[in-house]
Amino acid sequence: MSASLVSAAYLLSCILFILSIRGLASPETARKGNLLGIAGMSVAVGITFFSPEIKDIYWILLAILIGGLIGTTSAFKVKMTSLPQMVAAFNGLGGLSSVFISLAEITSGSQAYTTTSISLFIGAVAFSGSVIAFAKLQGLISAKAVVFPFQHLINAFLGLSVIGLCVAFSLSGNINLFYILTALAILLGFLLILPIGGADMPVVISVLNAYSGWAAVGIGFSLGNVLLIIVGAIVGASGTILSYIMCKAMNRSLANVMFGGFGNEKKAHDNETENQKTAKFGSPEDAAFIMENAAKVIIVPGYGMAVAQAQHVLKEMAFDLHERYGVEVKFAIHPVAGRMPGHMNVLLAEANVPYEDVFELDDINREFATADVAYVIGANDITNPLAKTDSSSPIYGMPVLDVEKAKTVFFVKRSLGSGYSGVKNPLFYADNTIMLYGDAKEVTEKIVSALEK
Amino acid sequence: MDIWMLLTILTLACFVGYFVVWGVPPALHSPLMSVSNAISGIIIIGALLISGTENTELPKILGFIAIILASVNIFGGFAVSQRMLVMFKKKDLKKREKK
Repeated sequence: MSASLVSAAYLLSCILFILSIRGLASPETARKGNLLGIAGMSVAVGITFFSPEIKDIYWILLAILIGGLIGTTSAFKVKMTSLPQMVAAFNGLGGLSSVFISLAEITSGSQAYTTTSISLFIGAVAFSGSVIAFAKLQGLISAKAVVFPFQHLINAFLGLSVIGLCVAFSLSGNINLFYILTALAILLGFLLILPIGGADMPVVISVLNAYSGWAAVGIGFSLGNVLLIIVGAIVGASGTILSYIMCKAMNRSLANVMFGGFGNEKKAHDNETENQKTAKFGSPEDAAFIMENAAKVIIVPGYGMAVAQAQHVLKEMAFDLHERYGVEVKFAIHPVAGRMPGHMNVLLAEANVPYEDVFELDDINREFATADVAYVIGANDITNPLAKTDSSSPIYGMPVLDVEKAKTVFFVKRSLGSGYSGVKNPLFYADNTIMLYGDAKEVTEKIVSALEK
Repeated sequence: MDIWMLLTILTLACFVGYFVVWGVPPALHSPLMSVSNAISGIIIIGALLISGTENTELPKILGFIAIILASVNIFGGFAVSQRMLVMFKKKDLKKREKK
């Protein structure tokens, strides 16, 4: 098989990948997009498989078979609420894979020292960072921001040593430096992600996703492979744009998210105002009564809904309200609700909520003024009006859902505690707010049974 | 290949990526993430080229592991995306049945 045929196939594969992402532009074409991605991958792997340089086909087939089995079974077993950790895990494996590729390249005598050390560095950080992100999302370690003394100093020192080692290795080609570089880069990834708290995970996952793309670009450079460069750049762009969108949705810079140790400092000083006002609380039956007499209800889901797995019963509630009582029901989704970009949309999709009923922040925010009820389930910071008024608040400037403009606001929460940011939500004490204490799923179930009476 | 040639390709690919990705609505950001995650498994090509050629033991074994890991990423990523996207589809059908 000639080299130009291989190049032509790589070109075809590039086009398929671009069309694949393009397909994700609308829910109707998204499935086709995924299939195009699979086609692109098959073309690329297939043609490489049959290219004249490849001798050991059986080894390769065995490896793909093992990996494919593990990947497919875990993908089909995972619960949709655990999606973020699944993506983190796959991402980490991709990073680890590029670490192994870089090591294999260097041990096989490649001279591309600079590009290989860069792809190793990025891949290693993507790997160990994803391990921590996975552990936090899965609850294996505390999701809180873990802050340790001299954290910035140690990380800065490590970062500089890694860069120094990259340079030293590029100049000398001393393989021992390469091994040290591997170890330090992995350590750096651990330490970088450890201080980042759970609710910042949408950003972290996006950044790590971008890394896996840039690592592919690095490998593409060291092998002189155009396909890897193009595809890596698209993945890198995707992760980078998602990180940007997530940061913007919190009105924070990427540096602040990555190095801020957010959510720990503020807790002490908010306690002062705590007992000045009391919150009203109601029963699920009251809530059912108010909602069935409403003309328009907007549901605001957050991470708490995902934790309680309340998406199905929530859909039942929306369905009952609409079908039995003719209430107009809409869902409002904040970009950083949940633990990964688009997390809430997937969960609502799983529960069969029609996507025409699900709206983004900018599209629905004005409608709260005309809504009778805002039903906030498992969300807090993304509704906090202090973000609009209190310039000393750490969440100041973050775009929030204007739920307080609805006639009645229900908060389904386990307590009056503050959200991830550590900022108290004054809305809990507002005159038109009614707290529904309890597990998101149980409370909603009670509402549903009251509605169906 | 000339480094400038590769840099040219990289730059153009970044532009393509930029425009294509902005076209994806927020509702589909999770599938975007898992599809792009699967696609980043393209590094398997690098592993194949190292592991499949005549090489010494060590790089072959390292390449073998890299192929396994990248395959988990590829198969898992596409499978999870498909699961998600089927849900977006399914809902659409339900809606039509209802009407």
